[in-house]
Amino acid sequence: MTADPKGVLTGEHYLDGDHAAAEGALAAGCRYFAGYPITPSTEVAERIAARFPLVGGLFVQMEDELASMAAILGGAWAGAKSMTVTSGPGFSLMMENIGLGIMMEVPTVIVNVQRGGPSTGLPTLPGQADIMQARWGSHGDYEIIAVSPSSPQEAFDHTIMAFNFSEKYRLPVFVMMDECVGHMTEKVVIPKADEIEIVPRKWYEGDVGDYLPYKADDDMIPWMVKVGDGHRFHTTGLTHDERGYPVMNAECQETCVGRLVEKIRSRVDDIVVLEEEEVEGADVVVVSYGITARVAIPAVERARADGINVGSLRLVTVWPFPENRIRQLAKKVKSFIIPEINYGQLYYELERCAGGEAKTILVPHAGGWVHDDKDIYDAIKEGAK
Amino acid sequence: MKKPAAAAPEMPHPMEELLRMDRIPHIWCPTCGLGTVVTAFAAALETLELPLDDVAVVSGIGCTGRVAGYIKVDSFHTTHGRAIPFATGLHLTNPKLKTVVISGDGDLISIGGNHFIHAARRNVDITVICVNNFTYAMTGGQVAPTTPLGANASTMPYGNYERPFNIPYLAESSGAVYVARWSALHVRRLTTAIAEALEKPGFSVVEVISPCSTLYSRRNRLGTGLDLMKFYHDNCVIKHGAPTRELDIGFQEEITVGKFVDLERPTYVDAMNKWYAGVFGDDYEPYEGAVK
Ligand SMILES: Cc1ncc(C[n+]2csc(CCOP(=O)(O)OP(=O)(O)O)c2C)c(N)n1
Ligand code: SF4
Ligand SMILES: [Mg+2]
Repeated sequence: MTADPKGVLTGEHYLDGDHAAAEGALAAGCRYFAGYPITPSTEVAERIAARFPLVGGLFVQMEDELASMAAILGGAWAGAKSMTVTSGPGFSLMMENIGLGIMMEVPTVIVNVQRGGPSTGLPTLPGQADIMQARWGSHGDYEIIAVSPSSPQEAFDHTIMAFNFSEKYRLPVFVMMDECVGHMTEKVVIPKADEIEIVPRKWYEGDVGDYLPYKADDDMIPWMVKVGDGHRFHTTGLTHDERGYPVMNAECQETCVGRLVEKIRSRVDDIVVLEEEEVEGADVVVVSYGITARVAIPAVERARADGINVGSLRLVTVWPFPENRIRQLAKKVKSFIIPEINYGQLYYELERCAGGEAKTILVPHAGGWVHDDKDIYDAIKEGAK
Repeated sequence: MKKPAAAAPEMPHPMEELLRMDRIPHIWCPTCGLGTVVTAFAAALETLELPLDDVAVVSGIGCTGRVAGYIKVDSFHTTHGRAIPFATGLHLTNPKLKTVVISGDGDLISIGGNHFIHAARRNVDITVICVNNFTYAMTGGQVAPTTPLGANASTMPYGNYERPFNIPYLAESSGAVYVARWSALHVRRLTTAIAEALEKPGFSVVEVISPCSTLYSRRNRLGTGLDLMKFYHDNCVIKHGAPTRELDIGFQEEITVGKFVDLERPTYVDAMNKWYAGVFGDDYEPYEGAVK
């Protein structure tokens, strides 16, 4: 399926990442948005507020992020593609209802334009310290999908990608942007609507009396309906059976949560998107994502020019973590370098998957700005020893 | 006195059409008021002859939160406090639905209090049925923002000294267009109120004073649910149009019930459509839902 031309602003534009993410949502077919202003994400909401009235969408500024998150779940159950956008403090408030989205298997998208934390932290300056929160922030066991754009163009592309993942796997998907990407202005090319691939919802097409909201086939993804379709179904955040009815026992927990986890875990290699440069045969591999890739990749190029055998592996999807690829590479490389605007978050995943076979070197940054490329360069030199 | 269970198949449940019979018996205690609330809601839907496919029920968490699980319409059992924003998303995406929130006093007025006042302010076209049993029942009878002064609760073991909310006053001052209060005893009037609320465009609130026989009642030595019904019978005073600021409820004191607010105000979607039509003229297509 391709995009509905009504929301697609085809052409070349100069946009910042926030505006580009808003256009990505429009192009993906998002028509219900609920959000609460927070720097540095507010411009996403502002653009959607301006654009929605003439494309048949409904924008509502809610009273807080708890409400925003709950509202987009409702919007999705009513059949819309829905989205919210926030930054650290708001992301924290959304966590409980993100869990509800996971449990009810609601396709929806949450854009987090990351700033420095903890707490109010650095509202106007970048951070990448919500990466583990995206993975584990809501209580209970689950798997998630998150993408991390490095440019306004990717803010557009990855937002569409996030919507497509959310529909394909029926879960809330995160766009983990940061203040730098959110506020940098670059050229963004928006293709024609018929060139934008859109994953439609997995609609139930069977008879009305037969619908079971959580019965899945081999792909582990249940069929979805929307309110008013006549199925008169029930759904709950409680552990539930195929009918969506609560069942309070260990056996049902196993079936219910087991599938939520497995539907992603068994597909990791289909989901993961990586961008590799000169990785084959490298001694050192620099793993980066989001804005940090924009600093890391030039450092890699400079080190190569200086004769170091170094490659770059950029995580387009940050979750699920590319476990298999890292394990493979760990057998071949001397070391992995990971610069992050935090004190080590994906670093732990990298270290775990490297399994002691390759060295893992963190280049931390507390937030507030991007790395000095010299720090990454020095780490590459260190890793090549 | 009771018919033996074996006779049941010959006598279909009168509300079979509206209940998830495969989930009955329900989890509520004997003489709890919640069954009556469900009955009144079902009767209201019946009176209005609403197509059940067009009704959605959203609940939060609590004993009352379980209502969504028993009513056979599209129904959502969400998180504690978030039934109203969830319902807002549902309704704004598809305004043709009758979206109804049925939840507890703690859920709607404490943890979800902010959503309650803002949905009222926006005049989102949903109906809220707030079951007020003066306590957090599901978690074992803790103090609620509705517990009368002096009443005992597990977390107010020496009696409650916090002033409670007066729900109709809160609703009216926040912008609700329809506000009524009845008790679980007033089944007929409650049914009428729910039906009126459902028909009312905008944010409508029906507070139902309901006996929690197991916790509130036992802890305060008020007898069974039946004794509380007797209390409502003797102590509820009907005063339609009473000023909502006078509707505080004291411990085992007179309870004013009735219809207090019934007025016209543009709903969220109507106000938006009117405004945008003025701004954009013919370029604006009136919003009737985000999903075609
Ligand atoms: C975020 C969160 N906090 C606390 C709880 C625990 N909890 C469940 S129900 C409830 C109170 C319910 O009270 P009320 O809404 O009045 O419903 P009732 O059981 O009285 O019908 C609480 C505190 C929860 N489920 N979620
Ligand atoms: S605990 Fe109270 S409110 Fe809950 S089901 Fe029992 S009587 Fe009803
Ligand atoms: Mg209660």
